[in-house]
Amino acid sequence: MICQHCNQRPATIHLTKIINYEKTELHLCEACAQVVGNELGIMIEPNFTFQNLLASLLDGDFNNIYQQASQNTGIYCQQCGLTLTDFRNNGLLGCSDCYKSFRSNLEPLLKKVHGGTVHAGKVPKRSGGKFRIKKEIEKLRNKLHQAISHEEYEKAAQLRDEIRRLEQEL
Amino acid sequence: MLQNLINSLPEWTKASGEADDVAISSRIRLARNLKGIPFPNKANDQQLTKVVETIESAVNRQSDLMLPIKIEDLTANQRLIMVEKHLCSPQFIEKPHYRMLVINKEQTISLMVNEEDHLRIQTISPGFNLENALNQANHVDDFLEETLDYSFDETCGFLTSCPTNVGTGIRASVMLHLPGLAMVDQIKQVLSALTQLGINIRGLYGEGTESLGNIYQISNQVTLGHSEEELANNLTSVCRQVIEQERSVRKALMKDSRLQLEDRLCRSYGLLTQARLMNTQEALKLLSDVKLGIDLGIIPEAARVNVKELLFLIRTSILQHIYGKEMNQFERDYHRAMTIREKLASV
Repeated sequence: MICQHCNQRPATIHLTKIINYEKTELHLCEACAQVVGNELGIMIEPNFTFQNLLASLLDGDFNNIYQQASQNTGIYCQQCGLTLTDFRNNGLLGCSDCYKSFRSNLEPLLKKVHGGTVHAGKVPKRSGGKFRIKKEIEKLRNKLHQAISHEEYEKAAQLRDEIRRLEQEL
Repeated sequence: MLQNLINSLPEWTKASGEADDVAISSRIRLARNLKGIPFPNKANDQQLTKVVETIESAVNRQSDLMLPIKIEDLTANQRLIMVEKHLCSPQFIEKPHYRMLVINKEQTISLMVNEEDHLRIQTISPGFNLENALNQANHVDDFLEETLDYSFDETCGFLTSCPTNVGTGIRASVMLHLPGLAMVDQIKQVLSALTQLGINIRGLYGEGTESLGNIYQISNQVTLGHSEEELANNLTSVCRQVIEQERSVRKALMKDSRLQLEDRLCRSYGLLTQARLMNTQEALKLLSDVKLGIDLGIIPEAARVNVKELLFLIRTSILQHIYGKEMNQFERDYHRAMTIREKLASV
């Protein structure tokens, strides 16, 4: 798509204006978007990048990024030394421990990006060892409750023994 | 084996697959990191080397299957070939140090080592078949996991450098050819509806690239809170609807404006068989028309395989490789037009 303003460069910024229920769409290149944006009184970030977008989710409010960033500069990951500001700037975490170090900041972001915050997929055999067992115990407990409610006591006893065996592995 | 890999096209580019009148390929990518080592953007040279060595030895347990290639050992053009064959991302070859690519013989499986994450497993199947791609990816993942300790958290799942990938680390994507929707100007509408469903749309080479030849990559955005199968199934049902929409538009076009459509597609075919200079963009646009013509039975079926191959043969890096020299724009356009004419003349 070509920019509607200069008819030369490819349009990379797409604006939707709704004024008095009347919708107009504008497709502009970055340079023209600056000009048109100024006329309309909107500030268009010159580098509207994925990282900025992610950072805005971190804060919940796009206008607050810079303000909050300065408040939070003290937070850093003790394992790799990454600061929250570093994360805002490049959108990448430094190590596994960052997930713990920045947990309170990341949680709302994960919720916004993914909807949920709890993993529901594959569990690796090696690093997920105990967690796998816990999941298995959870499943067996559900079966145990069912067996008891159906008065299948023999089956329940078997399940109870199996759960005990797994619990010892933990 | 490296020369073979470079000289041949990936198997999925030639094979036929489900719904391949619209779907070109289905791809699964899994992001993984090794426990106890900082992510690539924070790791030092020693740590990056350790990642390469650890993954290489995990791969080499079945050495006949996959070939590990150090990016530094490839020429600039060979690196580009890897990108243009979709075996790695464009970002991957930007910084070649401590980066390794592992590819199987069929070029349907590739591992990127030390890109944004320590390990990215990628599998591609022809046509519309995410299930097959996911099975393959899981198979490779399980095999590697026998010796690799992944960074995993009970709540967050597989930990990744960018929090948009955390959890399953999965990105499922389907490459769709949507010339019909583009022709009737419905494409924007369909695509914006998809973004509201948490579905991502990108151009031919992934993030930040534009759509060429009416080819779109449709992928999931969410990676946490659902299982891999759920995410792949969700994308499958969304894509199925897009495919049906594209098919019904094509049918309507054939019914209402068959002659105009035939004229346009045959003109494109004519240009491809006669032109003497052709740039990539134009070639992709015309090939898109010709592919549509074949799918609609307007252009002979015999041209199908050649057109599929041409989608790759016209790429700069591959042209330069075939003709064995670096070329300027003019030379490329000349050789591109020649390659196309030769390929189509044999039909």
